[in-house]
Amino acid sequence: MHKLWVSAKKEFWLLSRDLGGLAVLFLMPLLLVITITLIQDNTFKTIQENKIPILLVDLDKGAVSDQVGNNLRESSLFEIISEENEERAQDLVQKGEYQLAIILPNNLTRDLHLKIDQNVSGILAKFGVEPEQEGEPVAIEKKEIRLYFDPATQQSFKSSVRNNIDKMISQIESKSIYSAFQEELGEDGNRPIFDTESFISFTEIVPNANKRAGIPNSTQHNIPAWTLFAIFFIILPLSINMVHEKNQGTFIRLRTQPIPYATVLGGKAFVFLVVSLIQFILMLLLGVYLFPLMGLPKLEVAGRIPLLMVVAFFAGLAAIGLGLLLGTIAKSQEQSAPFGATFVVILAAIGGVWVPVFAMPHFMQVLSKLSPMNWGLNAFYDVFLRNVGMGEILPEISALFLFFIATTALAILYNKRKNAL
Amino acid sequence: MIQIDQLSKKYKDADQYSLSGLELNIDQGEIFGLLGPNGAGKTTLISILSGLIKPTTGSFKIDGLDYASHSKELKQLIGIVPQEYALYPSLTAFENLYYFGSMFGLQGPSFKTSIKEHLRILGLEKFAHKKIKAFSGGMKRRVNLIASILHQPKVLFLDEPTVGVDVQSKKVIIDYLKELNAHGTTIVYTSHHLNEAETLCTRVGIIDHGRLICLGTPKELIQNEQGAEHLEEVFLAQTGKALRDYA
Repeated sequence: MHKLWVSAKKEFWLLSRDLGGLAVLFLMPLLLVITITLIQDNTFKTIQENKIPILLVDLDKGAVSDQVGNNLRESSLFEIISEENEERAQDLVQKGEYQLAIILPNNLTRDLHLKIDQNVSGILAKFGVEPEQEGEPVAIEKKEIRLYFDPATQQSFKSSVRNNIDKMISQIESKSIYSAFQEELGEDGNRPIFDTESFISFTEIVPNANKRAGIPNSTQHNIPAWTLFAIFFIILPLSINMVHEKNQGTFIRLRTQPIPYATVLGGKAFVFLVVSLIQFILMLLLGVYLFPLMGLPKLEVAGRIPLLMVVAFFAGLAAIGLGLLLGTIAKSQEQSAPFGATFVVILAAIGGVWVPVFAMPHFMQVLSKLSPMNWGLNAFYDVFLRNVGMGEILPEISALFLFFIATTALAILYNKRKNAL
Repeated sequence: MIQIDQLSKKYKDADQYSLSGLELNIDQGEIFGLLGPNGAGKTTLISILSGLIKPTTGSFKIDGLDYASHSKELKQLIGIVPQEYALYPSLTAFENLYYFGSMFGLQGPSFKTSIKEHLRILGLEKFAHKKIKAFSGGMKRRVNLIASILHQPKVLFLDEPTVGVDVQSKKVIIDYLKELNAHGTTIVYTSHHLNEAETLCTRVGIIDHGRLICLGTPKELIQNEQGAEHLEEVFLAQTGKALRDYA
């Protein structure tokens, strides 16, 4: 026990002498969480404040295209730049000067009204309100609104714009159909007889085990995800610390001393676990006290702190186990640093830190179950967002603990095999 | 104290044996000098005896114990001063010694007093709480030595303990090794400083190409080599003048 205690003390001395390293350990994760939360929380605000300039080529020059243009302007997302020529618009988008060009085709208004009139007359004739037209109706060519996107535009932005324009056109079509009916029925166009407002609306309700009110905000999504990411990044300083020992020759000296490798690892695990818990506490303080001052949603931790600390403890252990294994196997910093950093990013990616697991392909969903970051993230979400108790997070924290045991045991076995006499 | 029986070592991917059928007995209380050109097998032998690497064939015992069955006891029995400084640069001399001493199970006020005493004897008392990275090569060598003897080993292995140090540091180290030996510590040491070995060692063995080619007291070896007045002439006569660069 004395050897373990002194080993931990030595690790503490080493860490405390590297102030730059300590600053990186504690400040960089905070910076990461602040940056990500600011970006995610303010994305919509930013778009509103800084309108995205897009090109609108109105080849229709009719009521429908006017309405599309007005709706786009009113959406406050876009700054509409009118352009007369479709080819020039395409060229400007291709060069990346604009994210998007919307081309409203020739005769859009005329043909839409014609089509609606045809349909409405046909329906009314079926009800006997109007005489049936003799012969085939005039063929009207389908209209196509063309959207040119900058090749660098992200898919999510494209989908969002496409859906918005689609919804806008559907609303214009619906209103036109109602108007056509009103005209055909001979009613006064100034006194609407149909309510064209949306009849069906949406309400977001979060099922809550403890009946606590509130919808999770971006802080409550970001702090757990990126805290976990930061906790796992501890494998970098930990593995580098171990590689340094090999290069300095101190590890050679330790191998000639009557001290089990498990004790050497135990000292490191203890100190780095304390570091990861301090990191976590700083993240919580950030979310609770600093975020509101920055205009970000406050992190709600009331009544959850003990369980959060439990999850952070086991997530920290899992990360440390991985760091110990990497530090044992790596021969140089050139091996441990890039591998560690990339591996954490991969674990985060398959663990659902960036893209939710449910949105991944089936194979990746299966793979995500193997990522300790996924277990940790689920446990954090369980506590932060689902307000569950210890029983519900037991499977996840058990998995994290087993991962620590397995990786540490592997490190000890590897060292034993490598240095067997 | 040390019985070496047909010890051989061939590293993976190496063409030749680094040690080949080495037979050697070192008695308790000796200061045994292991001499040889670069790549002769000195460090390999020290590493095997320290339990750092495994011999390919052969066996050895220290104080009647072998690593296979008495690893822990053996490690407590021996001290190793490696060629590298093997110290934490950002820790102070005292912290380094406290840590490495504790790994031998040492603790309590007497242990701390012992550290201070060793630092005083080797002229480092004033620098006890200075970081190792600020130390000169000679100072680091002295701390490196103390880290290996705090637990009072019966056998002390030193791999070139005076390389790269000034004359003053070298003298302090050599004097201290003599004092340790006078208190019963068996010392096995490698060196390229033949004059130092000649005055310090009770016996020397010259190894070359992994084989022991000469063994005796410095005086015996000088007498047996025609025209030799110092160990260096014996050494050159036995190992030749060709450069021994290897990679």
